[in-house]
Amino acid sequence: MNIHEYQAKALLKGYGAPVAQGVAILKAEEAEAAAKQLPGPLYVVKSQIHAGGRGKGKFKELGPDAKGGVRLAKSIDEVVAHAKDMLGNTLVTAQTGEAGKQVNRLYIEDGADIARELYCSLLVDRSVGKVAFVVSTEGGMDIEAVAHDTPEKIHTIAIDPEAGVTADDVSKIASALALEGAAVEDAKSLFPALYKAFNEKDMALLEVNPLIVMQDGHLRVLDAKMSFDGNALFRHDDVKALRDETEEDAKEIEASKWDLAYVALDGNIGCMVNGAGLAMATMDIIKLYGKEPANFCDVGGGAGKEKVAAAFKIITADPKVEGILVNIFGGIMKCDVIAEGVVAAVQEVGLKVPLVVRLEGTNVELGKKILNESGLAITAADDLDDAAKKIVAAIKG
Amino acid sequence: MSIIVNKDTKVLVQGLTGKTGTFHTEQALAYYGTQMVGGIHPAKGGSNWTGSKGETLPIFASVAEGKEKTGANASVIYVPPAGAADAIIEAIEAEIPFITCITEGIPVMDMVRVKAKLDKSKSRLLGPNCPGILTPEECKIGIMPGSIFRKGSVGIVSRSGTLTYEAVFQTSNEGLGQTTAVGIGGDPVKGTEFIDVLEMFLADDATTSIIMIGEIGGSAEEDAAQFLIDEAKKGRKKPMAGFIAGRTAPKGRTMGHAGAVVSGGKGDAESKIAAMEAAGIKVSPSPARLGKTLVEVLKG
Repeated sequence: MNIHEYQAKALLKGYGAPVAQGVAILKAEEAEAAAKQLPGPLYVVKSQIHAGGRGKGKFKELGPDAKGGVRLAKSIDEVVAHAKDMLGNTLVTAQTGEAGKQVNRLYIEDGADIARELYCSLLVDRSVGKVAFVVSTEGGMDIEAVAHDTPEKIHTIAIDPEAGVTADDVSKIASALALEGAAVEDAKSLFPALYKAFNEKDMALLEVNPLIVMQDGHLRVLDAKMSFDGNALFRHDDVKALRDETEEDAKEIEASKWDLAYVALDGNIGCMVNGAGLAMATMDIIKLYGKEPANFCDVGGGAGKEKVAAAFKIITADPKVEGILVNIFGGIMKCDVIAEGVVAAVQEVGLKVPLVVRLEGTNVELGKKILNESGLAITAADDLDDAAKKIVAAIKG
Repeated sequence: MSIIVNKDTKVLVQGLTGKTGTFHTEQALAYYGTQMVGGIHPAKGGSNWTGSKGETLPIFASVAEGKEKTGANASVIYVPPAGAADAIIEAIEAEIPFITCITEGIPVMDMVRVKAKLDKSKSRLLGPNCPGILTPEECKIGIMPGSIFRKGSVGIVSRSGTLTYEAVFQTSNEGLGQTTAVGIGGDPVKGTEFIDVLEMFLADDATTSIIMIGEIGGSAEEDAAQFLIDEAKKGRKKPMAGFIAGRTAPKGRTMGHAGAVVSGGKGDAESKIAAMEAAGIKVSPSPARLGKTLVEVLKG
C-alpha cells in the first residue's frame, strides 16, 4: 500500500526526522490560507499522486510549455495561481503511463535553500534477508539510471536486525554520502530514526529522494515515498487510515476486500487462477498464443466458494473482457470448490463471453462433474496448453 | 535416493488443530504412511487429535516436548500469519533440523527477525509461503497433491506451488517421475534458496535431471545460474529444463507472491531466462511444455 508524500513526511516528522513545514489542500480556495501558515518567502507547490517523476511530468489539459507537477512560488499569489492551474488536472509522468493521474491534492511546503541533493532509501535486501540503506551522492535523479550508468555511486549498507543501526553503520552511510560538519551530526539521529520508522511501521520501501544538505549545512527530507507491506497492515490501523482509494483501480479495491491478489491489465482475456506462479504463467501463455491478459488474479490456496464467486464477478465486470480462462491446479484448493464458485457466480451474473475451464489436482473428478451437470456453456480443457489455445480461438472466432 | 525427506522423516505439525492443518495432516498420513508423529498446541498438550477417518495423533504443549517424546526430526507449520514467525522461532530453538512453513502472508519484517535466528542455528527452513516437499512413495510434507507424483529420476525445485505441480504432473506423464520435489516459496525473505536445493540434487545419485522454476523478482535465479556455471567447471552438471513465470507482468506491481515484483530495474524475466540459458538450462517458453522440454534435453 502506498501513501502520499505529505502523509509520509508527517509520519517521519513523528520520528524526529527533519522535514519542512507544509500544508496539504484539496481545493484551490484553501491555497492562500495554507501558504499564510508558512514562513515564506519561498514556497513549493507539489502534486500529491502515487507516482514518481512529478517534477518533470506534464499536465494533459495544459499546454506543452506549462510547468510540471512540482512548482516553485515566490509569493502567496503565485502559490494560488499554481494551485488553480494544477488541481483537478491530469498529470502524466514517466511512472503514471499515458493515462496519467488526476491531481486531487496539493502539498504546499516551505522552500529550502539546497546545497546538495542526495539519495537515501530503505528496503529489505532479499539476498541477505536484512533491511538495507541504499545511498548515493547522486540525489534528485532517477536512481535506476544512476544504478545503470554509474553503479559505483550506489552504496548498500545492510543492518543487523538484532543490533539495529550502529554508530559504525551511521558513519558508513555518512561517508558514502560525503557528509560534513552539521550534516554528520544530523545523520546520527536521522538514519536511526528512518530505520525505526521502517521497522515499526512494517514498510516495504522508504525512499528519500532527494535528501538535501541545505545552505546552512543541515540535512532535510525534501521528498518521501513510502509503501507498506500489505501482509502487515493488520497490525497498523493508523497506516490503513492513510489509504487513498482514488489512487487505486476500482476492481483492485473490490478484489482487496475479498483478499484476492488481483492486478488490472490492458488485454481482453480475463484470468482466474490459483497460485501466483501459475497465474503469471497463465498470462504468459495467453501472450504466447498471441493475445493479452485482462488481469492477474490469484484466488489463493484456501479460497471458499464465495471468494471464488467474487473473483469471477470482478473479472466479468471488466468491460474489456471478451473471454475468460479459469486455470486451477488444486493442492490446498479443491477443484469442487472452484467449480461451485464459478457455477454460483455464473447463475447470479450470467455469462456473456466464452469461458474455458481447466481443472487438475485435488478433487478434480468432483469438480468436472459439477461443471458438467451445471448445464452452463463451459468449454473444458485438458491441460494448460489446450486451455490457452481454446480461449484464444474462442475470442477470435 | 532423494533429498531432505524420506521414509525415516518424522514430522511434528505446528497448527495441527486448525482446519488447514487437519486436512493436510490427513492427506500426509494417507500418503504412503508419512510419519506424522504429533501436533503442537500450547493449551492442548496431553490431549489427542483425531482426523476425519479416526486417525489419532498426540498433542504436545511445545515443539521441544514433542521432539523429545517422538524423536521428530522435522516440523511443518500451518499457523496463521500473525503467529507464524514465532512458530518458526520455536522450532529453531527446539533444534528441529528441518522446518517447513506453509503459511502465506507473514510480514516481511517478521521474516527478517526469523532469518537472523536461522542463520545462527543448525536448522534448515523451507518456505514460508511454500507448498512443502515431497519424496514419492516415502514422505509428503505440506500441501502438494500426492496423486500426481511418480517415483523416478527428476529433481524439481520451484518458487511457485502450482507450477511445481505442473512440473510434477508433466514429468509423471512423460514417464520420468521424481526423486524429490521442493517448493521454496514465493516470499522475498525465506529459508532455503535455489542454490541449496540444486547443490543437493547435484549430489544425489538418483537425481539424473533437474527442473528449476523461477519467477520475477529478486536475483535468486541469477545466483543459481552462476552457481551451476561454477559447479560445471568442477565437472558437476546434470541435464536441466526450466521456466520463469512473469514475462508479461507489469513493472512495479507485486504479482500475488510478495517476492514477485520487478523493482529498481531488477528482477525481470528476460534477465533470469538469459542467465539460466547461459548456465545450460533449456528454458521452456510455455509452462505447459516443461516435461516435453526436459525429454528433449535428455534425448540430446
